[in-house]
Amino acid sequence: MLDKNGIAKRIAKEIKDGYYVNLGIGIPTLVANYIPDGINIELQSENGLLGMGPFPFEGEEDADLINAGKQTITTLPGSSIFDSAMSFGMIRAQKIDLTILGAMEVSENGDIANWKIPGKMVKGMGGAMDLVASAKNIIVAMQHINKAGESKLLPKCTLPLTGVRCIKKIVTELAVLDVLPEGGFKLLERAPGVSVDFIKKATAGRLIVEGDVPEMVID
Amino acid sequence: MINKVISGADEAIKDINDGATLMVGGFGLCGIPENCIAALVKKGTKELTCISNNAGVDDFGIGLMLQTRQVKKMIASYVGENAEFERQLLSGELEVELIPQGTLATRCLAAGYGMPAIFTPAGVGTEVAEGKEIRNFNGKDYLMEYAFEADFALVKAWKGDTAGNLIFRSTSRNFNPVMAMAGKVTIAEVEELVEAGELDPDQIHTPGVYVHRIFEGKNYEKRIEQRTVRTK
Repeated sequence: MLDKNGIAKRIAKEIKDGYYVNLGIGIPTLVANYIPDGINIELQSENGLLGMGPFPFEGEEDADLINAGKQTITTLPGSSIFDSAMSFGMIRAQKIDLTILGAMEVSENGDIANWKIPGKMVKGMGGAMDLVASAKNIIVAMQHINKAGESKLLPKCTLPLTGVRCIKKIVTELAVLDVLPEGGFKLLERAPGVSVDFIKKATAGRLIVEGDVPEMVID
Repeated sequence: MINKVISGADEAIKDINDGATLMVGGFGLCGIPENCIAALVKKGTKELTCISNNAGVDDFGIGLMLQTRQVKKMIASYVGENAEFERQLLSGELEVELIPQGTLATRCLAAGYGMPAIFTPAGVGTEVAEGKEIRNFNGKDYLMEYAFEADFALVKAWKGDTAGNLIFRSTSRNFNPVMAMAGKVTIAEVEELVEAGELDPDQIHTPGVYVHRIFEGKNYEKRIEQRTVRTK
């Protein structure tokens, strides 16, 4: 079973040289720490920055330079800054190659819910609805099972949707799965030490297992 | 040269009356019009509709106007980090319309570009789409969303000149330029106000035509919401 950093490490292997990538809040943010050597990418922060750098050194924080999680950050050589409309313009026009975000639920036809729990949590969708509606390549980083012990990979989402038929790949602490265009979660890889049976029990939606499922390779 | 300079925040907001619709620039607490918000709290203007990406935190930004119950309706994309906001929302005291962040930005842009509506895929198939017209272009569904109409836009820039031209600094730019374009009356507060001619025309982010009033703000706190650092 993977921890959060393990999930981030596995997702980092999906990133290709030359990608512009938008990372959501939570586990997705950790992915930036594991970009393989020799892979050059630019991170987009939807508040208006391409080429997001690491956190500043202590004493060098700049209140005017934050990411979409409102954390102090830095720029890098080649960075550019723009307004919010242009930021979502480049998202809508599919100039961003990959979006990685968290989810509360994903359905077997690729629907995602991650912004609202009626009566309990009302923080808002932020940029998530824009990202999932437009991105050509979306990876969901999340726990397979929620805190109540229920599967988050469902036949149908129960929470208000963020987007429909948009998720193609999911990486959890247990597995890497593709969401097939015709529906269903196809099991691609198992986390180290996790059995196919265990993943079956943790997946409420339709799980498709073909042949031997390899273990993830994470260095 | 047209002079847009006024004395300060109190004069800038003096005709913002109860029931007005305001755009408020900024992302989180980054690039917010601190002086205008403080002046509105002092003036006690009520029943406001605020269009802003966020609602500040409990004791700063728009959060200050929530504490004093000056806001009737909030149109935003993300309102976490604000317990008073959540309390007023769940108790029904505050009307809230949550909309996708790109939709928010582009509805401002449309207003500033003189376009009545936009088409966006954000929210198709979700509760955001309820009651809205859907059009299919090239096999994909898009929602029609209207340009905002705001009585006033309150924005914060880094530098501005007496003609109302604005330059923003770093990611405090965010929603400020698009809201500046969208207000019927746009009020810009700047950290440094200079004479017309001192800013390079090639470097202007917001042309003065969009700005009706400008003043140099005071005592910027520029609070950091999440101070994250690494060690040397």
